[in-house]
Amino acid sequence: MSESTTERRFVAEDVETELKQFLEKSTKTSWESDTDLFADGGVSSMFAMELVVHIERSFGLAIEGPDLRIDNFRTVNDMTALVLRLTGSDAGE
Amino acid sequence: MEDPAARLAVLGAGVMGVSITTLALGQGVPVLLVETDPQKRAGARARIDHELRTAQLMGARPDVPQGHLTISDSLVEAHDVDAVIEAVTEDAELKSKALADAAAATGAGTALVTNTSSIPVDELASRLPHPERLVGVHFMNPSYLIRTVEVIRGARTGEQTVEAVGRVLAALDRRPVFVGDGPGFVTSRVLHRMINDAARVVQEGRATAEDVDTLMQDCLGHRTGPLRTADLIGLDNLVDSLWVLHRRTGDEGCRPCDLLLQKVRDGEHGRKNGRGFYTYPGAVA
Ligand SMILES: NC(=O)c1ccc[n+]([C@@H]2O[C@H](COP(=O)([O-])OP(=O)(O)OC[C@H]3O[C@@H](n4cnc5c(N)ncnc54)[C@H](O)[C@@H]3O)[C@@H](O)[C@H]2O)c1
Repeated sequence: MSESTTERRFVAEDVETELKQFLEKSTKTSWESDTDLFADGGVSSMFAMELVVHIERSFGLAIEGPDLRIDNFRTVNDMTALVLRLTGSDAGE
Repeated sequence: MEDPAARLAVLGAGVMGVSITTLALGQGVPVLLVETDPQKRAGARARIDHELRTAQLMGARPDVPQGHLTISDSLVEAHDVDAVIEAVTEDAELKSKALADAAAATGAGTALVTNTSSIPVDELASRLPHPERLVGVHFMNPSYLIRTVEVIRGARTGEQTVEAVGRVLAALDRRPVFVGDGPGFVTSRVLHRMINDAARVVQEGRATAEDVDTLMQDCLGHRTGPLRTADLIGLDNLVDSLWVLHRRTGDEGCRPCDLLLQKVRDGEHGRKNGRGFYTYPGAVA
């Protein structure tokens, strides 16, 4: 919790860019920051888990317990907020 | 883990064995998972953990303690399981042998369940000393996300077996639809042939896999598209099932098309090994 010296901190823009690049590459579609990826059969539940694993690897974090729910991954904005929160990047500035 | 409502053994830690095991553990049901291939056995726990996370992500895990998992190379200490669910390779010889071993390793009260996609249940039952113990339950993939299962009552399936399997399905929170026996039952008879046709369209160069899926999804309401579904099933298993259907029905539409055969020869087995009609860079091997 207070190990902010060893944690990598991220800024929202970089997280968003990274996520959008991954999404575009994987789905061959570009996504707005607030578009629900899962609405209208956009992407599958199997892809949702790939997204989780990708985020964990890219940002060096573990998404567990109540954080591991689809509502945290619906939009690029949701995912960015989660990454910032779990890496402590959203606090103290 | 005390006094569990049901205990299961699952044979085969492939796509379906892992999926069914994930379903059971997530519902708090303990599982003895039996796999003969040491490499598959070694990787099974990690794959199940990954799928348990997928189930949680999708809100498909009730708030109950996870069932206990034991992984083994044989059906030892399986005497008192409620059911053995056979999910080994789609090959009648292999399945008959695995089911006969399961019959011998368990008590008369244990239901024997085959998860075959296409082999008639009575054909498998005919090679068992007690054919009344066998019933077909066709779990879908992923089993923990699709609540409905196709249940196949063979000509010789016993009433006690049907009742036992009903209790197991209740413990797994699955909803059965009972259908008659025969090659491919309902779902594989319809789906596998359609997937074969979809692959043939790609083979003939009339459309890309993506365009086939997009049309089937956006115009016809197919949830994932036939070729993405094929990748999820596993192209090797799909080809095995199509041969089962072709040999037992004579339907030329079920003869696996060249593109499917080629992909299997090239080791492109779909999502399970990262490449099929699509590629899956993030897939856990
Ligand atoms: N893949 C699907 O979407 C799907 C859906 C419904 C039903 N099915 C059916 O489920 C069964 C399994 O399919 P799959 O896709 O998981 O295949 P798979 O090839 O992924 O896995 C089969 C596994 O069984 C193991 N095995 C073989 N003989 C064994 C034995 N005697 N004891 C224990 N393990 C043994 C193999 O080593 C392999 O790991 C098949 O009958 C298939 O038709 C598959």
